[in-house]
Formats: sequence, structure tokens, C-alpha cells
Amino acid sequence: MSIKDEIIKVRDNVYEIPGSYNKKMRASGRFYIADEYIDELEEGAIEQIVNVACLPGVQRFSIGLPDIHFGYGFPIGGVAAFGLRNGIVSPGGVGFDINCGVRLIKSNLTIDDIEDKLDEITEKLFKNIPSGVGSKGKIRLEKDEINDVLDYGAEWAVNNGYGWPEDLEVLEENGRMDDADSSIVSDKAKKRGIPQLGSLGSGNHFLEVQVVDEIYNEEVAKVYGLEKGMIVVMIHTGSRGCGHQICSDYLRIMDKAYKNYKIDIADRQLACAPLNSKEAQNYIQAMAAAANYAWANRQMITHWVRETFEDVLGKSAKDMEMDIVYDVAHNIAKMETHKVYNREEDVLVHRKGATRAFGPGREEVPEKYREVGQPVLIPGTMGTASYVLHGTETAMEETFGSTAHGAGRILSRSKAKKDYDADEITQDLESKGIKIKATSKHVIEEEAPGAYKDVDSVVRVSDSTGIAKLVAKVKPLSVCKG
Amino acid sequence: MKKYEYFEATADIGLRAFGESLNQAFENAGLAIFNIISDTSNIEAEREISFKIRSEDEISLLYDYLEELLFYHEIEFMLFSEFHVEIDDNLQLRATIKGEAIDWDKHERKTEIKAITYHKMDVKKTDHYEVQAIVDL
Repeated sequence: MSIKDEIIKVRDNVYEIPGSYNKKMRASGRFYIADEYIDELEEGAIEQIVNVACLPGVQRFSIGLPDIHFGYGFPIGGVAAFGLRNGIVSPGGVGFDINCGVRLIKSNLTIDDIEDKLDEITEKLFKNIPSGVGSKGKIRLEKDEINDVLDYGAEWAVNNGYGWPEDLEVLEENGRMDDADSSIVSDKAKKRGIPQLGSLGSGNHFLEVQVVDEIYNEEVAKVYGLEKGMIVVMIHTGSRGCGHQICSDYLRIMDKAYKNYKIDIADRQLACAPLNSKEAQNYIQAMAAAANYAWANRQMITHWVRETFEDVLGKSAKDMEMDIVYDVAHNIAKMETHKVYNREEDVLVHRKGATRAFGPGREEVPEKYREVGQPVLIPGTMGTASYVLHGTETAMEETFGSTAHGAGRILSRSKAKKDYDADEITQDLESKGIKIKATSKHVIEEEAPGAYKDVDSVVRVSDSTGIAKLVAKVKPLSVCKG
Repeated sequence: MKKYEYFEATADIGLRAFGESLNQAFENAGLAIFNIISDTSNIEAEREISFKIRSEDEISLLYDYLEELLFYHEIEFMLFSEFHVEIDDNLQLRATIKGEAIDWDKHERKTEIKAITYHKMDVKKTDHYEVQAIVDL
């Protein structure tokens, strides 16, 4: 019998796997997916939702979001919250690229202001922001300065001249998690982090110049400072080799820990430790340090984006009102207060390929957005639209304040390479008025738009189920890929 | 016997490396890794790096070894094309790897590997040795 036979429809685009499906389950599984995609959903991803629902201290639901797909241990597009007294933390529930995230920068420019200069802007962004495999950042940290990056995140960057103090107000966590402790981060992670600080990386990471194409909610768009026709810049990157190393370090540590603590797990990559253990506390501090590294990274890239626009357009970034709209982390674990069966509980929320979508009134949301809920940034794939949504009360009630994080891959990279040709993709995008700069043809083929699930459907499900509501659509004018 | 092959994994790529000995299978896994990042036929063995690791079982040793290769690739800014591995009975591995500094004008630029995963990781002995890993891209 297929696991799909056990699925119960809760309402349109919302499904459950009851806790009775497997006697080890401590919670039900719930997922948000387009009704028309339910047949295509991989059984492996559903099994992963079930595996997570079996972990100690899991609260209410093990959740799959509209972009859910098979990951390592935990699914990607997955959320799970664990109680502080009896719960666990798992590096596999965060992922290798700790605090991979998205940042949106606005401006007062329109297409008319940059049309003639777009090629030059793109070339210079590509040159000024290191990207691609084996890319080094262009700054050299002083000895031990990496510790400040890990401890202070975007705050370190701003204090060192990258960006403006007010930028920090509109970053998730203000760009710095206080739990971070650089002293427990391995030398290996620091050594990998030092040369790569201030670089975009490779794969699905990107830097795009975009235009606001459509507004779905005028009132909220106004609060976020967005209007139709506005030029914006989107940055998608994370904590580079530093975060990957911290994840790897702790996968090894947790691989021993779960056996020591006799935790029953269905897959080695769910390796975890009880929240009150030394291993768990160390991971949380090291993960927070990697998250800070990622915020510093996106902050530095923001600074170079502004410099590039200043250079090409001959105006100051302040005059062009190149303010940050928001910055979200979509691979992270955080201590948060949520309503669990009518009681306010502190829980550790794992978001792996999931975006926080806090609704109105939450104190974590910057004051200027608090009345309407936080901005949620969902990037598309190369050459397709990206979206701005807002967090909702429904998300607070149902998904620990979370929604999807992107399109979700459906074709393997090798299949994509076989099916697509870089020159054809480049021409096709150019015919749509989108310019692309990449370090290699491989990345263009691997990241072909057809290799991903349709992002439009992902945000539609988020909007229709209410776990984050549409505010604006942005479409790319030029793309820099690593 | 071929040295290695790749297999498809949803978002990423899997590698299977073969050898007459466990040492040789590990060596070929190194080659498979650097053929994901670049083209190893165009990487000169100009400079060598040696390292030593020890793990609790063969699978963990494979994981640690492949992670070590990524580590030296990133911090030394090098690509490697020759691998010499010796594993003793106590699961201690000594490796000497040879390659050259990255020059993207010369070397083919393929894909960045984020990390090694434990997913379907395997070390097998039949009439030969076979090691398997999926890398996160």
C-alpha cells in the first residue's frame, strides 16, 4: 500500500497524514500543496515528513510547505518545532547552507532611468560581486576578525563601512543572533569562511536587477515602500563554506550523540541531540554564528550593489533611496514563542527551505511593518518572477509562522544539462528582455527554469491557503549567476 | 575496471568509485569529486598536500576524507587531480593529493560542491571495492 493512500484532505490544498499511520509518530504530518500536484508529490518527501513527526518533542505537526521536495533527512520546504523540555535540535533540519536567504533592496528608479545603462550595471555587478565555484571575496580579514563576523553578523559589516546603520532594522534578527559564539566554531569552518566572505557562490544563488511588475495588495505594498514599475535588486546567497563546514562538523557530532542519548531515528541524517544537552547547545551557538556570517555576507554584497549603481548612474545610493525592504533566512532554527494547543510555548522551530512568515503584531517584525505582518521574499528561478508576500495570522495558527522558500527542483542537474542548452536558454531569456551573466555554461544549464517547479504555483498555494498572502510580483531584467 | 561513475539524485549528483583495493576506490572518489568541480584532465600535479585522518568506521572515513578534499580545495584555492591514499587496519587514512592553484582562465569552471552528505553513502566489497556518496551542490 502506498503512503499516499493514507493522506487525508483537510481543505483545498491542505493535506494530513494522521499520527496513526505509524506507531512511532508523535504528531501528525501536514502539508500544503496544490491539489493538482498531489499525485506528483514524491513519496520520499512524504515519508520524510513522517520521519520528522517521529522525533522526540515534536509539536503539533511535522509540516511540508508548497515547495516541499526530498531533502537529506528532513524534507526541503519543511518546518518542525520542538519543545524545550523534551525536544531536540538537528543540523539536518536546518541544512548545509545555514541562513541561506534572500534580501530585497528598493530604489526610486524606474525602467526609464536605467534602460540604457542596464548592460553596464549588469557587467559591473558581475565584476564587483565575486561569484561562482572557487570564488574568493575581495576583502582580506585581519587575523581573528572572522570571530567578529561570526559574533556580530551584519552589525560587524555596518561598523566596518558596509552599508547604513538603518539597514539593520529591516533584517530578520536585525542581522545578528545573540546566541552566536565564535569560540566554539571549528578552525576549519573559520578557514573556509575567511576567503569567501563577500561572495555570492554558485548553484541556485543569484543577484538580480528586477522591476516591480504587479501589485496585489496596494495597502501592504505601500507599507513596504513598493510600487509598480520600481527598480529593485534581489540577493540570494548564504553562509558559504563556513556554514557548510559547521553543518558537517555537527552532523558528525550528532551522529555520535543520537546513539549516546538512545534517540530512535529513521534515517542517519536526522541525527540530533536533546535540547538540554551540551551537543545541542553548542550546535545552536555555532549555527547562529554561521547565520551571522550569512547576514554579514549579504550586507557586504548590498554595499557593493549600491556602489555599482552609484558608479554607473552618477547619483548617491541615498538619493536613489536604495533602502533594504527586508532580508529573510530560509535555512535556520530559532527559539520562538508559539501557540501550541491554546498555550503559549517556547519552541525551537527548524525551517529548512522555509521562510518565516510572522503575522501582524509580532514583536520580531520591524516596527514599520508590524501592523501588516513581515515581508516574505520568495525567489523564483533564473529568468522567472519572484514574489513578495506578507506574513499572516493563519501562518501563526498553522505553520509556526512559516511559508515556502522558492520553486523547488524537479529535474536533477545532470538531467537538466542533458535537456537544456546554455546558448538556447540565454537567447530565450534575451528575447524576453532578460540579460544573463554567468561564470560558466554549466550553471546556466543546471539552473534552467524548466528544472524547477513553477514558482507561480508555489506562491498561489501559499496565498490561497493563507499562510502568506501575495503583495507584489517582481520580474528580472538581468541576472548574475555564480 | 572503470575508475568511477555518476548517478542522478534529485537536486544533486551521486558518485560511485571503484578500485582493486579500498585505497584505490578512495583515490578514484577523489577524482570523481574534482571532475564535478572542474575537468581533472587539465589539472597539473604541481603542488602536493598531505593529511591524516582517523574515523570510527569505513563510511565515516569516506565522509571525512571527501570533506577534507573540499576543505583543501577551498582554503588552498587549488584543484586536485592525483590522489594517493593509504588506509591502515585502525581506520587511519594518510593521503597525499596533488594539483595546482585555480586559474579560471585555464581550468574549466563547472559546479561548486557545498558538502558531502550521508545519504546512500556506502562502502562495499565484492570482487572489488566500491564506494558511493551523494554530494550537495
